[in-house]
Amino acid sequence: MDNFTPYTALIGGGMIGLGAVILFVFSGRIAGISGIAGSALFSGDGRSWRLAFLAGVIAGPLLIATLLADFSYSTPELSWQVIVAGLLVGVGTGWGSGCTSGHGICGISRLSPRSITATVLFMFSGMLVATLLR
Amino acid sequence: MPIIIAFVAGLLMSAGIAYSQMIDPNKVLGFLTLNANWDPSLVLVMAAALAVYSTGYWLFGKKDKPLFAAQFSLPGKKDLDKPLVIGSLIFGAGWGLVGYCPGPALAAISSGSSGTLAFIAAMVAGWFISRKLAI
Repeated sequence: MDNFTPYTALIGGGMIGLGAVILFVFSGRIAGISGIAGSALFSGDGRSWRLAFLAGVIAGPLLIATLLADFSYSTPELSWQVIVAGLLVGVGTGWGSGCTSGHGICGISRLSPRSITATVLFMFSGMLVATLLR
Repeated sequence: MPIIIAFVAGLLMSAGIAYSQMIDPNKVLGFLTLNANWDPSLVLVMAAALAVYSTGYWLFGKKDKPLFAAQFSLPGKKDLDKPLVIGSLIFGAGWGLVGYCPGPALAAISSGSSGTLAFIAAMVAGWFISRKLAI
């Protein structure tokens, strides 16, 4: 477990929770990234706050890069695998009404049975596919 | 004001995704891949996010309305239906294939990586398909 990074995980996780709870307390909205992005693109009303949220999502890593000199991260190579994965993630979060943020953080905090079920299921199939492939 | 709140919320969430390294698909795959090098970091990311969010939610959620909006907009569905189950399983399969879920992929857009951009384009197509094709 030499790749375990407990401190950055806890601090980063706290920031994720703080951002999500700010949206709830001030705007009464669930901070589900797939739902916000999908609705910003494909439904008419409430587009402006959703686009502002997405602008923040894009800006976040740029902010961290200005604060931390050694910040870097890897990205996947372009491949058919990446395209298939993107399609599965899009269709799956669309049908499943959420992803790691909306179900995994907001929904579980609200003790929503749908979100707890969704999180158990995507964790299960994610671990299954990742472990079988490697 | 809702615009500024939404921007700050998105900024904090993705700064957290970046700082915790969850923006890096290899880091996420280190959690999803169960082997001798298993990396439990994602568990702590979730735990900290849940601790902060649930504290705020249970302290504030009993109020009549949010600070800057007329009412709370919470999901109304309660039943564990087929789209939820099938959709979540499909999402997990895509997540385990490459290590990207929607937040980290969108957060990494400024990398300009062709793999990241292709993933996002396919994910957007997937959102479109899910809205046109009900199961």
